[in-house]
Amino acid sequence: MNKIFMSGNHTFAEAAIRAGCRAYFGYPITPQNELGEYMAEHMRKAGGTFIQSESEIAAINMVVGAAATGTRAMTSSSSPGISLKQEGISFLAGFQLPAVIVNIMRGGPGMGNIAPAQGDYFQATRGGGHGDYRTPVIAPGSVQEIADLTFVAFDIADRYRTPVMLLGDGMMGQIKEPVLFPDPIDPKTLPEKKWALTGRGEGPSRYLASLVLDSQKMENHNWALFRKYEEISRTETRFETYRAEDAEMIVVAYGTTARIAKGAINQLREQGLPVGLLRPITLWPFPNEILRDLSKRIKKFITLEMSTGQMVEDVRLALEGRAEVLFYGRPGGIIPEPDEFAHVIREKMNS
Amino acid sequence: MELLNPWPKYHKKEVSSHYCPGCGHGTVHRIVAEVLEEMDLGKRAFCVNPAGCAVLAYDYLDVDMIESSHGRGAAVATGIKRVRPDLFVFTYQGDGDLSAIGTAETIHSANRGEHISVIFINNAVYGMTGGQMAPTTLVRQRTTTTPNGRNPEFDGYTLHITDMIANLPGVVYAERVAATTPAAIRKTKKAIRTAFQTQVDELGYSIVEVLSACPTNWKLSPVESIEWIHTVMEKEFPLGVLTDKREKKV
Repeated sequence: MNKIFMSGNHTFAEAAIRAGCRAYFGYPITPQNELGEYMAEHMRKAGGTFIQSESEIAAINMVVGAAATGTRAMTSSSSPGISLKQEGISFLAGFQLPAVIVNIMRGGPGMGNIAPAQGDYFQATRGGGHGDYRTPVIAPGSVQEIADLTFVAFDIADRYRTPVMLLGDGMMGQIKEPVLFPDPIDPKTLPEKKWALTGRGEGPSRYLASLVLDSQKMENHNWALFRKYEEISRTETRFETYRAEDAEMIVVAYGTTARIAKGAINQLREQGLPVGLLRPITLWPFPNEILRDLSKRIKKFITLEMSTGQMVEDVRLALEGRAEVLFYGRPGGIIPEPDEFAHVIREKMNS
Repeated sequence: MELLNPWPKYHKKEVSSHYCPGCGHGTVHRIVAEVLEEMDLGKRAFCVNPAGCAVLAYDYLDVDMIESSHGRGAAVATGIKRVRPDLFVFTYQGDGDLSAIGTAETIHSANRGEHISVIFINNAVYGMTGGQMAPTTLVRQRTTTTPNGRNPEFDGYTLHITDMIANLPGVVYAERVAATTPAAIRKTKKAIRTAFQTQVDELGYSIVEVLSACPTNWKLSPVESIEWIHTVMEKEFPLGVLTDKREKKV
């Protein structure tokens, strides 16, 4: 197998097809248009369904329909379009249907801009849609991770019957890197989905509903979902630590920001400053345990985000006052440079 | 002696209806169940039900069904039919679901000529939420959000969505019927058969609009409601075939 030089957006699409996804529905929005365009050509070639829908709302609802038949289905969008999809995602959670939603974040709120940002962390991890549910959120940090984690996303979605979000940003969508794709999966070889609806045949009819009028039944349903999310938290948390073993300060960052932070950390290490990185890969479930472990020895954490500070709240929640939590952010589509981060980290270390 | 009108196979039996006395849903549910049985579609049928009084349609129709978020039924049906063209996919939607919040999905699924059948229950009002104005509410009709009667100056005009989409190239069959008298009900059944056959013959998109009574929110008796459909609604929404492109498609 040879490495292919590919953009993040294209890699999401190619990886999805290889992971056995046979339905893509989406609406153009910058900076992820290339993903849909790739699907227009390649999903059809793979014998799957591609529709450029009339809106992001239509797309997520087409995903609902396809997913109900047991088909691996995906949609993608960017910030404002993800806002539109929230009701659909809530319904997917209520139906307990698997689906993969890619969000290539851009500046916001409102129309915002088309530059990379991380201002949708709350939207992704705090529901976004209405109701008592959680969405597993996976944040790749490189084009290779996009390829690998797209397979993981479909896997988690199917295994736990849940929508899963792949969270990137405009930079992650546009950069080109060499990538080695996992072997393609024939969707026919995937485990059978006994809950899928494909016509009653000779058996009894079934229905998929998220409406539960009886309050007691609704409560039972909510707790059942809650137990599912607890299990996902136990088994699917992912993170990376970088140069953290002998660190005296930990940078917490994800996605593009973590790459920039690594550059800063390498600079500082050359200057003899013991700083390391914790890179959450799943943003939900959040890697609380590793944070608490690190805080036994390290008492200073700085969260770096391309926002005005969203993940930092999860860091504070995880640490529950065990360590000092600082924050530095650049919102609006500004991509910070390693020098800038290094300067801030050095300042905070010395203060 | 043979029972001429046995209980339809694809309508659940041990159920108590939540629909109001005189509501058209009960009649149309039964028609749909009969047609599915006569055309042997029940085994591979997949129905998408709406938000609205018929959100509980799965308590009555005995085929595989999925709820849809309000208005998006045509998109859900599109997703199902595209990945499983072997299934018989139909939506069952009210006037708010189909022509207010679902307008874009209705128009674009029709424009793409999706191979789905759409049953559109038009009762000129929002039933489940207590009788507010619908796009299909008539001018001067009183509803809870048009207490002095619908006034075009503020509330716009009665929307004829089926007429609007009938001429789209992707719409192969569109007909308007009424669930009122026995003769009209027989015509309703015939129209639904034709629409379903359009999908079975792989010709394309079909829609049947059924003028239907809502005595509770019209504040009329069931018999008066039938009268109102005849004398008032059918003037605004004339019955008949709005488009039939089946011969062109063969």
